[in-house]
This record gives sequence, C-alpha cells and structure tokens, in this order.
Amino acid sequence: MLRFTLERFVGMVFTMLLVSMMVFLIMEIPPGDYADRYAFRKYSGTGVNVTEADVQAIRVELGLDQPMLVRYFDWIGGIVLRGDFGQAFAFETSVTKVIGDKVWLTAGILFATLILTYMISVPIGIFAAVRRGSAVDYGLTVFSYLGLALPNFLLALVMMYFANLWFGADIGGLFSAEYQNAPWSLARVWDMLKHLWLPAVVLAWSAVAYQIQTVRATMSDELNKLSVTAARARGVPERKLLIKYPARLAVNPIVSTIGFDVNRIFSELPIVAVVLGLTELGELLLKAYLDLDMNVAGAILLMLTFAIVFMNFLSDLLLAWLDPRIKLGAT
Amino acid sequence: MTDMANMTPAEAKAAEKERQRLLKYYSASQWTLIWWRFKRHRAAMVASLLLGLMALAGIFAEFVAPYGPVTRDTSYIEGPPQIPRFCDDNGCSAVPFVHGTMTKRDPVTLRALSVPDPNVRHYLGLFVKGEEVKVLGFIPTNRHLVGLQDTDQKIHFWGTDDLGRDVFSRTVYATRTSLSIGVIGVLISFVLALVIGGIAGYFSGIIDNVIQRVTEVIRVVPIIPLYMGLAAAMPKEWSTTQVYFAMTLILGLFGWPTLARRIRSQLLSIRYEDYVVAARLAGAGAKRIIGQHMLPSFTSFIIVDLVISFPYMILSETALSFVGLGLRPPSVSWGVLLQQAQSVRAIEQTPWLFIPAVFVVVAVLAFTVIGDGLRDAADPYAEAK
Repeated sequence: MLRFTLERFVGMVFTMLLVSMMVFLIMEIPPGDYADRYAFRKYSGTGVNVTEADVQAIRVELGLDQPMLVRYFDWIGGIVLRGDFGQAFAFETSVTKVIGDKVWLTAGILFATLILTYMISVPIGIFAAVRRGSAVDYGLTVFSYLGLALPNFLLALVMMYFANLWFGADIGGLFSAEYQNAPWSLARVWDMLKHLWLPAVVLAWSAVAYQIQTVRATMSDELNKLSVTAARARGVPERKLLIKYPARLAVNPIVSTIGFDVNRIFSELPIVAVVLGLTELGELLLKAYLDLDMNVAGAILLMLTFAIVFMNFLSDLLLAWLDPRIKLGAT
Repeated sequence: MTDMANMTPAEAKAAEKERQRLLKYYSASQWTLIWWRFKRHRAAMVASLLLGLMALAGIFAEFVAPYGPVTRDTSYIEGPPQIPRFCDDNGCSAVPFVHGTMTKRDPVTLRALSVPDPNVRHYLGLFVKGEEVKVLGFIPTNRHLVGLQDTDQKIHFWGTDDLGRDVFSRTVYATRTSLSIGVIGVLISFVLALVIGGIAGYFSGIIDNVIQRVTEVIRVVPIIPLYMGLAAAMPKEWSTTQVYFAMTLILGLFGWPTLARRIRSQLLSIRYEDYVVAARLAGAGAKRIIGQHMLPSFTSFIIVDLVISFPYMILSETALSFVGLGLRPPSVSWGVLLQQAQSVRAIEQTPWLFIPAVFVVVAVLAFTVIGDGLRDAADPYAEAK
C-alpha cells in the first residue's frame, strides 16, 4: 500500500507541474501584459499622459521584462514557497486578499453538491437495477437524458423562479443580507447552509443523472454473478444479500469517478454562480476573465485544477482500499 | 427444411419470400445493415427528423425567417407571441389571421403596452413579399416562407425583445450559428483526435507516454473555465466573423482528448491482427496501414463518438455566449439570445425570450438519442438477422 501511495503521489505532483505550465500559458495569451493593463487602469481618465517609457518602467519594476521561463519559475515559486499568487488589479491588493475566504465557500458548495449527488444517485441507481424494465426504471432513463440536455444556467433560473415563488424573495446568493459581510459565526454558518441547497441541487443535477446510470449498469452486472445466486440459494434475505454482495461493488465506479464529478462541478460553477449570485471562486474567475485580471484568473484556475488532481489522487487510494485487486494490477 | 413438393402454393410463396429476405440480408453491405438497424430505433428516427428540420431552417434562414435578425419593430416592443387563429368574436375565416395591435399604458406602472385590437385582422400568407435578402448568400429574393399578406404589418410568432426584434426570426438565424459552430468544432477536434490518437496508438512506446500525459493534463482542467480563459483573450476589437472562427477554434482545440483516447486504444488492440501484420510485411507505410487497414475496422464507433460530442460543443458555446465571453451581439446564437433572459424578472415579464432554450434542449437531446441509436446499430453483426 505504501508503494502504491508513493507512486500515485509522484504522479500527482508531476501532473500538477504540467497543469501549472498550462495555466501559466493561458495567463500569457491575452494581448498586452500586466504592465500595459496596470498603466491603463491606473491612469486612464486622470489626464496623466502615459508614455511607453513609463510602461517599460513598471515592467522592469515587476520583473516582467524577463524571459518567459524565468517569469514562470518566479510565479510558481512564489505560490509554492510563500503562498503568494502575485498582484490583483481589482483593489490594487494581492490575489490572496481578493480570494480570501472564497476558497472555503467554494469547498462548501463542492462538498454539499458531492454529498447530495451520492445520497441520491446510489440508492436510486441500485433500485433501478433491481427493478429493471419497470416504469420507474424507464422514467429514470428519461431523467438522465434531461440531466445532460438542460443547460445548467437555465435550470438555475427556473429553480430560482420557483424558489422565489414558494419560499419568498430571500433565496439567491449564499447569505442573507444581514450576514453578507458579517464575521464568521455559528449564525452565519447556519445562514449559509440555508442558502446552500439551491446551488447544490442545480450543480448535482447532471452529476446525479450520470451517476444513476453508472450505478445501475454495474449493479445490473453484479446481480447476475454466481455469488449472488449462491447466496440466494443459501437463503440469505434479499435485502441483506443486496447490500452484502452487489451493492458493495456497485459503489466502486463512483469512487473512481469522484475526480470527474469535481471536474464537472467546477466546470459548471462560474455560470451557475452568475445566475444565482454566488460570491465564490467561480464567479470571481468569470469577473477576472472579463477584466483580464489574469493573476487572479490564473490563481483560481490553478486552485480548481489542483483540487481536481488531488481528488483524483484520493479516489485512487480509496479505490485501492475498497478493491485490493486494483493495487495488484497497477504498475 | 420442409419438402418443397408438399407445400401449398401460399406456403411456397412465404418460403420464397423468406429466402429472398435472407439473401438480401446476407448480401447487404455493413452500412446497409447499420441503416436497417438504425431505422428500427424509432426515437432516433424522430430525433433525426427534428435535427434535419433545424438544419434546414438554419441553412435557409433568410427565407424561413420573416424578418432580419436585427430588424426592429418599434410599434411592438417586448410584445407577447402572436398566435395565428381561425376564429374570433366576429366569426371564422379559412385563412388564419392575427389581430392588429394598439398601444395602451399600464394603469399602474405607466409602461407602454402593446395589446391586441380585436377589431382588426391581418391575414397570414405563404411566400409573402418582405425584405430583400440573399438566400445561401447569393440567391436574391424578397419572398419569405410565411408572413402577413399586408406587407406594412408584421407578425411576431414568438413575440419581440426589448428592442422590438422578432424572436422567431432571431432564433432561426441563431440556429444556423449554433449548429454550424458545433459542426466546425467537432470537425476540428476530429482531425486532431485522428492525428494525435493515431500517432499514440500506432507508434506506442515513449511517444504514446508523452501524448498520454498531455491528454491527461487537458482532461483534468475544468473545461468551461479553460474555454473562458481562451475566449477572454480574444481582442475586443475583433469583428463578429473573427470572433466566430476563433470560437470554433477554441472549442475544437480542446475537444479531442476523449476521441483521441478511443482511437488510440482501438489501434493498440488491433496492432498485431494478422491483416495489419501482413500489410506491414508487404511494406506499406504507417499512414497507409492506419488509414486503409486499421481505421475502417472501427469507423462506425468513431462516428458514434463524434455525434455524442456535439452536445458538449453546443452547450459550451451557449454557456460562453450566455456570460458574455463567447459570440457577441450583433451576431446571434442561442447563447447570445439567452443573454437577454438572464434574470428572474425576464421569466416573469417576458417568458417568450426563453424559447431559444427549447432549441438548445431539443438539439442536445436529439444528438444524444441519435448517438444512442447509432451505437446500437454500429455493430450490425451483433445479433443474428
């Protein structure tokens, strides 16, 4: 197990390295560089005449005149060694300040969504497999199609409309007005939990649709195994039998796709955040892109992707623990 | 086999028919068999029909849409859909008509409202005269599929937006943009997947390892934020055409990993089949072996994967345009149209602005169902007869 863990760990670090290079490239793509945009932001409308020399001075001061490779190592070194993601435009402060506690809000949304997804999809998927061909099974297939086809922002809008209709106006966003800028307290956490269910339902929608099908497929395969027939012949009660043999294995593909689910959730997050007015990383990312605030955007993209890579690593370990055959098969 | 001599003429006829059917079955080509099986998938046939209609409407948008995508009707702003009817309080007519409109003020908000005027009828007509357009970009005509016989009046089947632009016409034009972006994006990613997956699967070894690593990195980055980053980099001063092609490129450039993986694993699995080895021994080059001998053995699976990847392209484009990072007005796509319907207020006051969303859902569902139908049909030898 130790060797397996180490191998996966090295793989994870290597992937993170490649990911960081890619994110850095994306930060470099927009025309002009930080110095141009900085000068434009600071002096446009003030009447001060900015010359090319001034911009060049800013560039030298920030080390932006260095070759790309040096700048990359500067950037990633700052992040790894000092947790410093560079400067943000928005409030002329550091990226770390701009992001602040949004990381935890995002993590909250992520875990709420994941828990909701698995709480719904595992039992329903098992049920659909046991009752194959029934009306419920058929209905679930239709639902799965819709899960893919409904654009999430549309779902968010419709859900928000009905939430407004049924529960009153105070439903968008992550906090009620009085807690929006309040310091963290138990009351604020409770307030957040009351708002969390809407984004969680919207984000879980397509993941549930997908995972139900996965669980149903594995479960159907497992139900035909000889071990199940043998247990039934021994007279093991049906419910106990289901949990003991096929259901245990039907969870494996879910564990192995946690990374994909996190990926899907993060992918949908910015758009859903805009519609629902969530103040977390996805919304900030979109804002940063629209302002070409690439230091902030790069930092967020890096965080999201690292989270996915890390979840992949965890799911590998978890799977190896659940299903020891994986360890032997892995090189 | 029953003895031919002992059969009644009716039985003989049936047996002969059965023999003909089997003969037809055994002599049919693979593609004919796939088509037969696909035809039996009723949902997929319906989906194909819907998608075909959408594509036709998009291709001939200038003719199908009664008005241009930016033509304004200032006398009918934020007006609700006008549904053609045959009867009203003044009796019935054989030709469908809509009521004329008059402007009133909302007694509470004092907002100008367009309300139907039940005493005025405007009759619908086919191939009516309207704006001068060029169908397919080169056939000039001033005829449109449907419209009002009275050319001074306008009909808005699906209402109008806040600038008085016809939602139906805009949706038709948007269908063209959104579907074509999907097609070009899928084609670009297909070519990339073919080259990258082909190289990885055929040469294997170190090259394969490197390609696998890169593929994994691209797959691990959440795709919409990645697209957003690239789309944000498009200079603001680009023309709508430039933005359009840049969007297809962005969508295409990162759509290949899944398909490339499929091609790679298929190639790896048939590398040492006898016919591949034979071709290699006969001195055929890598390009020829892959293109002539290996790819045809799983073309049908590639087609299925291509069809299934359409929805992702369409949804991505819609999502990007929706948040203002994709196509920009004045170009119209489903996402651009839905930008106007971003708030709960829009659901309450102008729900007809959501009609383009129905198109997105139908298109995505249709592609998925067709993909399923094709997947079932792709291996026609799986079931006997």
